[in-house]
Amino acid sequence: MAIYEKLETREAPSSTKGMIHWAKENLFPSVLSSILTLLSLYLMYVAIPPLLDWMIFDATWSGTKEEIVNEGARWIFIFEKFNQFIYGFYPEELYWRPNLALVIFVVYVLAFRKIDNIKVKAFIIISFPIITYILVAGGFGLEHVETHKWGGLLLTIIVASVGIIASFPIGILFALGRQSNMPIIKTISIIYIEFIRGVPLITLLFMSSVILPLFFPEGMDFDKLLRALIGITLFQAAYIAEVIRGGLQAIPSGQYEAADALGLTYWKKMGLVILPQALKISIPNIVGSFISLFKDTTLILIIGLFDILAMVTLTNSDTDWLGFETEGYVFVTMIYWVICFSMSKYAKAIAVKYNTER
Amino acid sequence: MKKRKKHSEHSVAFYNDPDNRAIIYQILALLGIALFTYFILNNLFINIEKRGINTGFDFLSSEAGFGILQSLIEYDESDSHGKVFIVGLLNTILVSVIGIIVATIIGLLVGIGRLSSNWMVSKLCMVYVETFRNIPILLQILFWYNIVLAALPSPRQSISFFDSIFFNNRGLYIPKPLLESGFIWVAVSFVLAIAAVFYLSNWAKKRHDETGEDFPLFWVSLTILVISPVAVFLLSGTPATLEYAALKGFNFKGGWTLIPELIALAMALSIYTATYIAEAVRAGIEAVPKGQKEAAHALGLKESIILKKVVLPQALRVIIPPVINQYLNLVKNSSLATAIGYPELVTLFSGTSLNQVGQAIEIILMTMAVYLTLSIIISILMNYVNARMQIKER
Repeated sequence: MAIYEKLETREAPSSTKGMIHWAKENLFPSVLSSILTLLSLYLMYVAIPPLLDWMIFDATWSGTKEEIVNEGARWIFIFEKFNQFIYGFYPEELYWRPNLALVIFVVYVLAFRKIDNIKVKAFIIISFPIITYILVAGGFGLEHVETHKWGGLLLTIIVASVGIIASFPIGILFALGRQSNMPIIKTISIIYIEFIRGVPLITLLFMSSVILPLFFPEGMDFDKLLRALIGITLFQAAYIAEVIRGGLQAIPSGQYEAADALGLTYWKKMGLVILPQALKISIPNIVGSFISLFKDTTLILIIGLFDILAMVTLTNSDTDWLGFETEGYVFVTMIYWVICFSMSKYAKAIAVKYNTER
Repeated sequence: MKKRKKHSEHSVAFYNDPDNRAIIYQILALLGIALFTYFILNNLFINIEKRGINTGFDFLSSEAGFGILQSLIEYDESDSHGKVFIVGLLNTILVSVIGIIVATIIGLLVGIGRLSSNWMVSKLCMVYVETFRNIPILLQILFWYNIVLAALPSPRQSISFFDSIFFNNRGLYIPKPLLESGFIWVAVSFVLAIAAVFYLSNWAKKRHDETGEDFPLFWVSLTILVISPVAVFLLSGTPATLEYAALKGFNFKGGWTLIPELIALAMALSIYTATYIAEAVRAGIEAVPKGQKEAAHALGLKESIILKKVVLPQALRVIIPPVINQYLNLVKNSSLATAIGYPELVTLFSGTSLNQVGQAIEIILMTMAVYLTLSIIISILMNYVNARMQIKER
């Protein structure tokens, strides 16, 4: 009887594993691909080291303007003007108020996850904008801060938040209207949505800042910021409506029929059965639409509001600090990029999460 | 509401019948809108009268009295606001066309690059998309205009390519072809070549349907399209010359000039829009099920045929609608030119003309009408393409 001995398992040949194998497979599989890899490496060699030098190694991080010797970015400009970038002309001694609003926001978001009671949730959602408004604008014993002093990132966030919050209910109504069986309601919704989506935001902002005051009796004076907010809300509502319509269309008709069979009224059917499902599947697209809105808030500088992008020009008009536009633009770019990028990652994560549940 | 049969005469009260309710709601909605419209129009007329604002479109024929940086048609200060409108519209179309072409090229390359098996290329393309998509387009326009183009050398030190193309902070100067009368024959031969290619493609398709034989249509067509105009051009004694830009005093004269505003705007628009086009291309190609490719392989089709006849027709169906939508977005975003003063519709007409005439309502409505018309045209086009692209199922 032959005796079989178990052989030691041999390692995989070195040509099929490890870094070199990986590089062969993924970087140099063919001549064309190798050329592309080398081209990419060259591109990175040209772009990255000078960029890093400018941004970090050759940059001026401290000291005063007179002491600048380095070639790179002069970040001291950003440190010097940091408060203006964030708060605009908001009075310095009152910075704690928007800061407090931010803290309340974070606390609310954390609390929101723990709370199950729908009434408490509703209270939180409704009370937060009111508290924030009082904190930022003043009233109830707090010193009044006029809107033309709001600026910087604070203004950007306010405009974006008001835009998304106010446009939401309007967007839902128009989405429902567009899906409605009533021909007149449907036509009105379609005309509104397609009109808004067909024109650039800037023309809507011009309209709300120039024409809107003519639409109302003379005594009614609209604040410049309020006019911009109206324009942005009307704009965003049309886009949200289309996003939600996409969600509504994805709900199987059996859901509608089942709700009808239970004898629910239209609003109960929509509010309790259809919309919760439709909104859930639209969340990634809603976040996407919010990212667009956040980027679009930069347009308010064209009608003379001072958002964070406008601060670049404004801080550079200080005669002591001329010629620092590059640092300003790069700083603002980084802020926008970080916020938009994290939101888009969040949207993707949600999309994946809800996809697996199916 | 669909008409439903009433099972008994007295089943529901009049106001509880869904059909009746629908009518009531709609009448109420109409009434509400009518009242609101009456309210704002009434206020509008009162306000217009009080402030002494002119109305009507007479201003279109009145003299504009301001110069324009760049115009595709003859324009001088004594021309009317109506002409300003046309100049602006043409400039909008110019930057949009440039932007769309460049964005499509970059978007296609990057979108395909993201799916490349080459790790480095796909990562670089991803970095490109994630970087430029998450920066507001207005910020990009301002950055290119205020930082990059402003850092270019002055005309005297301009960067030159082969002594015929010059690039400096006043713009990009390229040679301008001066056409002589004989050039018409080149144009005629080109039109004839197009007709020939059209005929040839029909013939090739017919032959392919009947005999299954392939014809190298693409290369033959390209040859016809290139050779015939070139041959006519040379035979008729080169009826065109190039006018080069030359430094005269402090600036370049002659040739074609692309102003920095146009370059900055077109660059920002195409770089930004290309990220979205790239994503659409990637999503479209990924949407073709793997089985389709495998099945085609199993049938023994060549790689190039698989791409042409199996993957692309299915991918394009997914790619084209969002890409057309992005074209529309690009056209709308071109209105941001007003931030850097590129003389397009919004800058010229809703900006300068509006300031001079003061008739905000007419001017802004006209501007909006232009964009609305463009978007209606594009969505009609999109519906047409969609209908053509739809897979015809049995």
